[in-house]
Amino acid sequence: MNAGGWVIMLVSVGGVTVLFFTCLYKVLAGGGKKAEHMHGLDIDTHDVEKD
Amino acid sequence: MATVQKKESWNSRLGVILAVAGSAVGLGNFLRFPGQAAKFGGEEGGGAFMIAYFISLVLIGIPICWAEWAMGRFGGSKGYNSSPGILNLLIKHPAGKYIGVLGVIIPVIIYMYYVYIEAWCLGYAVNFLTGGLNLGNDVGAYGDFWGGFIGAGENGSAIGFGVKQVGVYLILVFVLNFFLIYRGLSQGIEWFCRYAMPTLVFLAIIVLVRVLTLGAPIADKPDQNVINGLGYMWNPGNLVENLMNPQLWLAAAGQIFFSLSVGFGVIITYASYLTKEDDVVLSGLTATSANEFCEVALGGMITIPAAFVFLGSAGVIGMGTFDLGFKVLPLVFSEMPAAGQFFGFVFFFLLFLAAVTSSLSMLQPGIAFLEEGLGINRKQSVSLLGMVTALGCLFVVYFSKDVKALDTMDFWVGTFLIFVLATIQIVIFGWVVGIDRGWQLAHQGAEMHIPNFFKVVIKFICPLFLIIIFICWVATNVFGYNFSTGEFKLSGYVLDLVGSEEQPANNVARASMALILIVAAFIAALIAQAGKRWAKLEKAKGGAS
Repeated sequence: MNAGGWVIMLVSVGGVTVLFFTCLYKVLAGGGKKAEHMHGLDIDTHDVEKD
Repeated sequence: MATVQKKESWNSRLGVILAVAGSAVGLGNFLRFPGQAAKFGGEEGGGAFMIAYFISLVLIGIPICWAEWAMGRFGGSKGYNSSPGILNLLIKHPAGKYIGVLGVIIPVIIYMYYVYIEAWCLGYAVNFLTGGLNLGNDVGAYGDFWGGFIGAGENGSAIGFGVKQVGVYLILVFVLNFFLIYRGLSQGIEWFCRYAMPTLVFLAIIVLVRVLTLGAPIADKPDQNVINGLGYMWNPGNLVENLMNPQLWLAAAGQIFFSLSVGFGVIITYASYLTKEDDVVLSGLTATSANEFCEVALGGMITIPAAFVFLGSAGVIGMGTFDLGFKVLPLVFSEMPAAGQFFGFVFFFLLFLAAVTSSLSMLQPGIAFLEEGLGINRKQSVSLLGMVTALGCLFVVYFSKDVKALDTMDFWVGTFLIFVLATIQIVIFGWVVGIDRGWQLAHQGAEMHIPNFFKVVIKFICPLFLIIIFICWVATNVFGYNFSTGEFKLSGYVLDLVGSEEQPANNVARASMALILIVAAFIAALIAQAGKRWAKLEKAKGGAS
């Protein structure tokens, strides 16, 4: 592998890795709001029947 | 007794991000992407492909992604979850909802053959575990195994239920998909993706570490080492010359498309289950970056170097996705010193997980449409979609000779129609909704600001880039235009349908096209019915307000 290959590989792999973990960090910690529970217990995916 | 349905929604923000990322991460990340990079790099390396790839990511991938997330959430806030419903709402013209037919048939048709490939992955994982794929160092033996496993030699021969036949795995994956989709958005799709996505990343890292520590495994071929394998993938070659090649741009843009699941009709449906306070900008970027991490940092580092160290450049050049994945890589893992069989199992199991998270996403747009368009409940919509996709899947599996049915459907729906839908979506977002209103929709509840230059990208550059790419794609892949010689020669996919003096039409290809048209007509008829229902609902809403 030549120097250009190393540069492209490190920039590409490093770039997407940094972007991914930064975004994930912002979602989990930075942004914070509703990272885990968005709609809580009011969710019921099943149909309900009503008279 | 009247039946009413509670509105479905995601259980957590991380869940929706993992579900969208799971939809995007599939076989393409680990097989198609490295194959494309190697194809356009050749002996010089695929670095130039990567430059075109990242430019395409910024100019078309991320903008369409944000547009789909924003339009989907807007549609959901008005009570619509399917592409026909959302486009009906956005376009405000009776014909608008029929454009949405693409957002339903694309995932439904792709599911019909994707689940077949998913079954190959599970079958290969099991065969690695049981030692059924220890076939020596002749790639021909692996080709024969694959041919026998999927029934490539003769129509009808794939339908068998031995360990080395696809039938039993197909039933298993089909049942798994419909079991999860029946459980619903949060308890089925989200629940599965929460476990499957981290697991597949973990498994990929295990395989990556093994590949990067292979050194030069063949003693008398020291040049076939990992560093040279990485060079084969990443070296830039003659950058200027390579970047002047239109085919390279076409392939890079195409890869971004297929990889991110934009233009599938999936993201728009997934995002419709968010509320208007939920962020879509950061969530969309996170899901996109998760896909890119799996594709570039994992897929780009595993497949080509692994194939190169055992087979040299001859084992990589000209290999299509299936050849690379189901002939070359099984040989690589079989020959890998120290627990190659185990790593083979791990690799194909991670492909299987990636495939399930993608195939699940292909079912939800159909389910959403049936539920909201016809007013039926989940049990009925799952049954109806299950019947339609099972018939389609049976068709693909029966006509397995030379994978003709699969190949035809993949070309016309999995490639051609995706370009069409993605172009329509970005034009609707930038021009019909309008960039200022679209910008406002995207930023509701947003936790990050989209850089302002994306306004120009979304309104002008992205549609223009897409249209140019699409025209070039049709010219080369449909009309067979050769950029080097300037000659036209109809592609095999067209000749399969229309025939020529040298090549008679292929009946399986024609039947596959007929199947696509029948499904499209069926969905269009349902949309017409749904349109009446939506009009009544809108009228009732108007009256109530």
